[in-house]
Amino acid sequence: MTQIAMTVNGRAVSADVEPRTLLVQFLRENLLLTGTHVGCDTSQCGACVVHLDGAAVKSCTMLAVQADGHAVTTIEGIADGATLHPMQEAFREHHGLQCGFCTPGMIMTALDLVAHHGADLDEPTIRAHLDGNLCRCTGYHNIVKAVEAGAKSMGSALKHAAE
Amino acid sequence: MYAFDYQRPAGLDEALAALRAGEDVKVLAGGQTLLPTLKQRLAQPSALVDLAAIPELSRIEHGPYFLTIGAMARHAEVAASPMVAEAIPALAELAGLIGDPAVRNRGTIGGSIANNDPTADYPAACLALGATVVTSTRRIAAEDFFTGLFETALAEDEVILAVEFPVGARAAYRKFRNPASRYAMAGVFVAARDGEVRVAVTGAGQGGVFRWNDAEAALSADFSPAALDGLTLDPSDVMADLHGSAEYRAQLVKVMAKRAVAAIAS
Repeated sequence: MTQIAMTVNGRAVSADVEPRTLLVQFLRENLLLTGTHVGCDTSQCGACVVHLDGAAVKSCTMLAVQADGHAVTTIEGIADGATLHPMQEAFREHHGLQCGFCTPGMIMTALDLVAHHGADLDEPTIRAHLDGNLCRCTGYHNIVKAVEAGAKSMGSALKHAAE
Repeated sequence: MYAFDYQRPAGLDEALAALRAGEDVKVLAGGQTLLPTLKQRLAQPSALVDLAAIPELSRIEHGPYFLTIGAMARHAEVAASPMVAEAIPALAELAGLIGDPAVRNRGTIGGSIANNDPTADYPAACLALGATVVTSTRRIAAEDFFTGLFETALAEDEVILAVEFPVGARAAYRKFRNPASRYAMAGVFVAARDGEVRVAVTGAGQGGVFRWNDAEAALSADFSPAALDGLTLDPSDVMADLHGSAEYRAQLVKVMAKRAVAAIAS
């Protein structure tokens, strides 16, 4: 067993884990943060995407010990209490999900996209960035609309905050 | 996964000592191939030595003659680096075509070339640009580094520190990717410098990445897409699998090569 300590959604956590424990296993089974999903378990589908120090990673293709000393953000960590994050709200508003299994990964990837490309996004950029996130329900159309709208609303929230 | 020990040393000497400390100790870089391999129980290392805490391995430096990329530089860092974009734009473009965004946030150049997957992108850039692989013990020319399918010249206890790319060539990379795996079904890196043309092909060769000598000769005489019209790779040297026959891949290589040449010539 190896002792690890990290920040998850702003909270310091520590545990003894086997080195072969995947980050997604640690999040779901040790911390009971089951919003991060395991879809394919082969780093294709993106249902398990979380942020490591702000960058989107596939938590099924990373060991929990690799996250030792780092900051992890999961889908549970982005809402402000009962108020959904603007990107979550946009997925609801634009019907960006049907079964919802891929949604946590879609949203975490979308936030990575806004962080790197800003709030004003065109459709090709969004589609290219969602390359590693699969959805078997929606046909992606409404997901793309939701990401575009969520990014805009994040951008205007930032503008308001600056004014 | 089978059980293994894990270490994340803060210095290179410590990492090298850990590698020599036991049987079947393996280096962990970005883990984007190694972890899926372990999950399928296709490998059983006794321990993993994670290089992520050695800061000097992630450096990117641009000198007058070389662009040096540290072994632990992530694909996303190379793709977004203004230094790489200025020195060798084709290399930044290549890095941005690997896997998907989340994979690019983890995967590293050192891991990619040490694994030498016959469909990986970086080996083609190394070969076409005449890169040098700098390791913990020596400097290895790309020509001598890639020795076969998933095989390299690296010794068991040798660690890649950086890859040194000569700057100044006109270069382009064109890739026809498998839509599911995002690996190259055919990837062609063309580099032209002082009349010398190098054409490196990934995704297609039965022995892994290779230089397409006939195309190099044709392009040295006439650097235009049309110079490749009469050439075809011998399908008996080309990979065939459920994604495409050897003949199909040979044709893809030619098309990708022409597109790369057109991109440079324009």
